[in-house]
Amino acid sequence: MSPNEIIVLIGGTSLIALVVWYFWFSSSEGTRIQSGTDGLQEALIKVKGGYSPSVIVVEAGKPVKLNFLREETAACSEHVIFPDFGKQATLTPNRTIPIEFTPDTPGEYEFQCAMGMLRGKLIVE
Amino acid sequence: MTKDIVCGMEIETPSAFKSTFQEEVFEFCSEKCKNEFDADPEKFVPREHKSEATYQITSNGVEKLELPIIDMSCASCAVTIEKEIRKLPGIQKAAVNGATEKAYVEFDRSETSVTQIIDAIKKSGYKAGYAKLRLGIRGMHCNSCVSQIERELSKTSGVLSASIDLGTEVALIKYLPAKTDLSSIKNIIERLGYKTFDSSTLSKSSETGESENKGKNKAGAENDSVDENQQAREKEYKSLLYKFIFAAVISVPVMIFSYPDFLRLPEQFQRGTDLLYWTWFSMGVVTLPVMFWAGSHFYTGAWSAFKNRSANMHTLIAVGITAAWLYSTIAVLFPEIFPTQALAEVFYDVTAVVVALVNLGLALEIKAKGRSSEAIKKLMGLQAKTARVVRNGKEIDIPVEEVVLDDIILVRPGEKIPVDGAIVEGSSAVDESMITGESIPTEKHIGDEVIGATINKTGSFKFKATKVGKDTALAQIVQMVEDAQSSKPPIQKIVDKVSGYFVPSVIILAILSFMVWYIIGPAPALIYALVVAVTVLIIACPCALGLATPISLMVGIGKGAENGILIRSGEALETAQKLDTIVLDKTGTITEGQPSLTDIIAINGFKEDDILNLSASVERASEHPLGEAIIKGAEDKGITLFEPNNFNAVPGHGVEAEVDGRKIMLGNIKMMRDNSIDVEDLENKSLKLADEGKTPMFVTVDGIAAGIVAVADTVKSDSKDAIAQLKKMGLEVVMITGDNLRTANAIAKQVGVDRVLAEVLPEDKAMNVQKLQSEGKIVAMVGDGINDAPALAQADIGLAIGTGTDVAIEASDITLIKGSLKGVVLAIQLSKATMRNIKQNLVGAFAYNTAGLPVAAGLLYPLFGILLSPLLAAAAMAFSSVTVVTNANRLRKFQPKFSNKS
Repeated sequence: MSPNEIIVLIGGTSLIALVVWYFWFSSSEGTRIQSGTDGLQEALIKVKGGYSPSVIVVEAGKPVKLNFLREETAACSEHVIFPDFGKQATLTPNRTIPIEFTPDTPGEYEFQCAMGMLRGKLIVE
Repeated sequence: MTKDIVCGMEIETPSAFKSTFQEEVFEFCSEKCKNEFDADPEKFVPREHKSEATYQITSNGVEKLELPIIDMSCASCAVTIEKEIRKLPGIQKAAVNGATEKAYVEFDRSETSVTQIIDAIKKSGYKAGYAKLRLGIRGMHCNSCVSQIERELSKTSGVLSASIDLGTEVALIKYLPAKTDLSSIKNIIERLGYKTFDSSTLSKSSETGESENKGKNKAGAENDSVDENQQAREKEYKSLLYKFIFAAVISVPVMIFSYPDFLRLPEQFQRGTDLLYWTWFSMGVVTLPVMFWAGSHFYTGAWSAFKNRSANMHTLIAVGITAAWLYSTIAVLFPEIFPTQALAEVFYDVTAVVVALVNLGLALEIKAKGRSSEAIKKLMGLQAKTARVVRNGKEIDIPVEEVVLDDIILVRPGEKIPVDGAIVEGSSAVDESMITGESIPTEKHIGDEVIGATINKTGSFKFKATKVGKDTALAQIVQMVEDAQSSKPPIQKIVDKVSGYFVPSVIILAILSFMVWYIIGPAPALIYALVVAVTVLIIACPCALGLATPISLMVGIGKGAENGILIRSGEALETAQKLDTIVLDKTGTITEGQPSLTDIIAINGFKEDDILNLSASVERASEHPLGEAIIKGAEDKGITLFEPNNFNAVPGHGVEAEVDGRKIMLGNIKMMRDNSIDVEDLENKSLKLADEGKTPMFVTVDGIAAGIVAVADTVKSDSKDAIAQLKKMGLEVVMITGDNLRTANAIAKQVGVDRVLAEVLPEDKAMNVQKLQSEGKIVAMVGDGINDAPALAQADIGLAIGTGTDVAIEASDITLIKGSLKGVVLAIQLSKATMRNIKQNLVGAFAYNTAGLPVAAGLLYPLFGILLSPLLAAAAMAFSSVTVVTNANRLRKFQPKFSNKS
């Protein structure tokens, strides 16, 4: 094996390890929502090629209002869906579209665009 | 309880903290709120324009603005909005009142604008109230005219923003109604030398702040946003198309000069020449705008996903085209670092062509997807715009959002019925096909329900609004369809699991292919390794996978709504095709649910019409449903009834009364025997009628048997056909009823049901469904949704037969708006067709990816010498998701089948 080949072998393997770690094993900190005086947990989520913040932590049993602001026209992000809560919204570009529900059971619930390309997570504690 | 208008808190009344202003008493939660109120009561209770925005400019240049805010649900919202407004420059004071739902802002116009304030309110998640106006303008020839008008309008006080589209000649103006109005805006434009015309509607948008309209204007808002979404989609489509054209134009020369030897270009363009070197160099430069303008969305999408630790199609494309460009550029700028000249190859063509093709694919996909959601758009578009309401004795036309409960609405022939209600005057035939799918117009008389968005055909009538805004059948249908389209059938959950791992796996596969080709591949190894890795990245199409289920579901559920079938969820749709047993409730499902007159038998020289007349006249004094059926039967024959005297009901036996001077008895055989009446052979006839499931009643006149009138709950005209069709589809059909076995069997025989569960108490219906389920069957229950609710819930699929405008029946998985059993057949056929379509899509998408990836990685190369070009991979990828959407759109042609084949 030539030195070049060894470099490619080592480089490629470590790149694969990096991909595996970054996408599957590292986890980003969720954004915790503070609830207002009347218990409403409200947050603004910007939508542009992804959701930011994409991991949201809320408390169970209190109403949640997530305001989605889509800052692009790319067709991908047109819908946002919370399959576990049966909620969806069509996001009109540059308008704040609220989704409201009350999660009762703690757990992790995914939300996503219609095709599942953009994903986010709602952690209910 | 009352509300503290300072902080918005609900407080007990009477409160210790009170204040009087404008002869009105206000109560507060604390001393602090009271003091705040006393200091400036007008801040909380404006003297005029209670619900509209006001706007004034003070002498020192500071502007005071009062904006209504919509959908403020809590006091904490006020703080959020205030915070957001204060972030703007030049804000001197910002106060948001939770009780009056208004924002009071003082600001310096030189530093900030009203639009910015409204945007700030929007940013915090709320809407500011203002009126929106669409106005046509004629006589504009160029962009400078547009900017002149826009400038002039935005200088006008009260106008928040004005934007004009030269193409459509339409101006969209947002303004504060308290400050300016339509005619003054028109004046300004006309003063500049242009003509104005009403462009269809002058509508206060969803964002008008009249609190009385809150909630009711949802339908209007939806229409509005549908348009906006449509525009956004259209814009995206156009922009993708431009980007495609740009990339395609660059692609052609780039491709030609990338293969000088293959295309046999003239001598001076061959490898090693200066001319080719500079050509390549300029190719590298011209592909830059292709990447960063035409392909910018790949980078922004990939970056956003990367930040969120996820990857998507954009990631794959972005990495692929970047790798190709970087390699080529190094080859052009530093050819000496490659060991052999053959390695200094350029792949600018890959970058340009991939961007062009994928953009074209995305554009086509948007077009196709627009068609997929047509059904729901059609539904939303059904909403009437105006209503002619009778108020204070006058007929006035008002926007449909302003119709309130109990309004009396006048509808003329050919007009759309604006909201749900009940007819109070007049009658007509109404075309309800858009809601129920029933093509024949329905006759409507006083007391009958009418459904909003249906079309009045023949006569004029007045009706009382019983449901408005989001409570109307149409609004509920739209809501249900939207919810269902967002739900996921179980099959999709598996796909979701896979797609979460898909993109990173493809990246790993690309790296692996690179390594393998570099280490054991043929020379020039680096070139092969790069081409293969890029091809792998580009051919993978996570989009097709992600799109497969939702797009078919959207078309299928939309198609159902078009035919009066509301499917609550994707899960219901998936289960409906696996059914093996259908349990039908008898009353109201197979039958009409209301008794009607079926037979008249006359003996002893009496005429049939006389018997009907006399018995119906007796029943006028009774309130029994069977009696009503007889009266209705007489009325239908145009018989004038007498007034009964000395009416007497004998419980369990019958009724008697004097009619037209004669003593009439109407009752069962016991009544006849008790009164020793010779019924001759009528008894046999009555038994025969009873065997047919009818209820016979003997009629006597002055003590002599005169005949029999029989009533029965009649079978719906198409029940028999529908049941035959269900059986043909291989389903076991069971009838369940609380009636006695004889009646039940009679009906079952008429409609062709084999298995009958009779004398089942309403509360035992669910248990009977469970029994069938314990036989290992997947059971659907069809019932009315009220009495049968527990059974509907118990069944694997509960189908509720709709009753008028109540469409959102909680216990049901599927609601059939039209009362026909054919809807059951249709629902099952639709479910089968949709699931078949979903499976085709999934199989296609999986097959494409599982077959495409290994070929791209060069698996076939050692055996057959086949290696995929990255250009071909880009084409395949771009069109695979278009194919999925196109296949789903085939479902739009779904037609219910009531033929011999099932």
